[in-house]
Amino acid sequence: MSNIPNTLKYTKTHEWVQSNQDGTVTVGISDHAQDLLGDVVYVELPRAGRKAKAGEACAVVESVKAASDIYCPISGEIIEANGALSDKPELVNQDAYGQAWMFRIKPADPAELNQLLDAAAYAAFIAAEAH
Amino acid sequence: MGHITPLYNEHLAAGAKIVDFAGWDMPIHYGSQLEEHHQVRRDAGMFDVSHMTIVDLRGAGVRAFLHRLIANNVDKLKPQQALYTCMLNEQGGVIDDLIVYFMTENWFRIVVNAATREKDLAWIKKQVAAFDVTVTERPDLAMIAVQGPKARERVCEVLDPTLREQAAQLKPFYAAYDVQGRAVAKGSTNVAGGRMPGATSGDIFIGRTGYTGEDGFEILLPGKDAAAMWRALLGKGVKPAGLGARDTLRLEAGMNLYGTDMDETITPLECGLEWTVAWEPATRDFIGRAALERQKNAGVKRKLVGLVLSGKGVLRNHLKVRVSGIGAGETTSGGYSPTLGKAIALARVPAATGTSCEVDIRGKWVPATVVKPPFVRNGRAVVVL
Repeated sequence: MSNIPNTLKYTKTHEWVQSNQDGTVTVGISDHAQDLLGDVVYVELPRAGRKAKAGEACAVVESVKAASDIYCPISGEIIEANGALSDKPELVNQDAYGQAWMFRIKPADPAELNQLLDAAAYAAFIAAEAH
Repeated sequence: MGHITPLYNEHLAAGAKIVDFAGWDMPIHYGSQLEEHHQVRRDAGMFDVSHMTIVDLRGAGVRAFLHRLIANNVDKLKPQQALYTCMLNEQGGVIDDLIVYFMTENWFRIVVNAATREKDLAWIKKQVAAFDVTVTERPDLAMIAVQGPKARERVCEVLDPTLREQAAQLKPFYAAYDVQGRAVAKGSTNVAGGRMPGATSGDIFIGRTGYTGEDGFEILLPGKDAAAMWRALLGKGVKPAGLGARDTLRLEAGMNLYGTDMDETITPLECGLEWTVAWEPATRDFIGRAALERQKNAGVKRKLVGLVLSGKGVLRNHLKVRVSGIGAGETTSGGYSPTLGKAIALARVPAATGTSCEVDIRGKWVPATVVKPPFVRNGRAVVVL
């Protein structure tokens, strides 16, 4: 069973989203997603300053198996990307919700966060996807 | 659910992630493809390759039949020796690649791919009509490939002393077996005697062959005995490796994968396999020969090379390649090389290609170095990075 922390929100494309106290959000991929991908060997991250719309592909995770787009969960400006993943892409497998965060966004419209799935809804979604 | 091998429950017990492969439910990995890859390069790993198709060709006409059927020449073989070859169509295209073992004068054994089983058998049966040869598939046999620098040592540990001696002395591309199809060593088939794990009914075959660029053995044995052999090897520290690691290992070893690096539209001359075509004697009229000769005389326009990506990123199958001033090509199979820590690929490019090219990765042209495969041999990088 995948690890799905209650404190985060999720997308149907398997990103997790954490709301920070300063109004920004941090984005990564779920434990379920990293398990599906297998060993991650390269992560291509967005540049800080890039403006992205919700649903737009803005990063790529390459596992030994395949390349997968990572989508921006909400619209806004990318303010920071996690450079540690350039040297240690395997962090995505080891610590998907912690050290393997991918980028931070300053939301254009914080109300978009309400559209995301909570942990229970995400768990139900991946259970349904498996069948 | 697809076909399963006699080792299916062993895979589940080992925590395998199962995927469909050509209609078979097979382990892609048991947790980490990278760890399994390194395990094979540094120690020993084992693969269940029971889904591959084993076919025995028997009869007085078998040598003559193989002279016609395959592009390499079985006359090169001594008894117990194996040969890698392609089976071609009339246009010189590769129907499949296979290994043929010289068992006895009237008996050769071939091992072909799983994904091509039906068309291979149909082709063989069509071609065999004019020869005194019987074609017998061996779905009763399981096949375990044990590969890695410690593979021989570990396999020998589980064998009866007589069989161990024979296995330890096998030269690369030779096999040990009994000509009646029983175990190699008489009296080695008694599990209770602790001699040959899994060997309860004979028909044991040990070939020093593989698909990883490492030393190792491929063990063929009755399916019902396979789990005992698997467990005995596990007990000696040989870890299971899945199809994922098998693919990264074979790519590093520069070996073609059927359906990806070659197919019926590609001749051996275009995929780096001219060395498997036996041109001599000129009188041997194998299927596809005339087409290959025409292509050779006209000049082969494409070649298969290795690519190493200079920067970061991963190469994949069928990416566009461009060679400045020369032309275009494509990667045929690409991936991440765990041993080199770089992206590598096999690519089909214009014959005049030199030492560099560019690859289209998601719309960006990225420089790559052109090298001669293999990339890795016996655990070490053999390309200059």
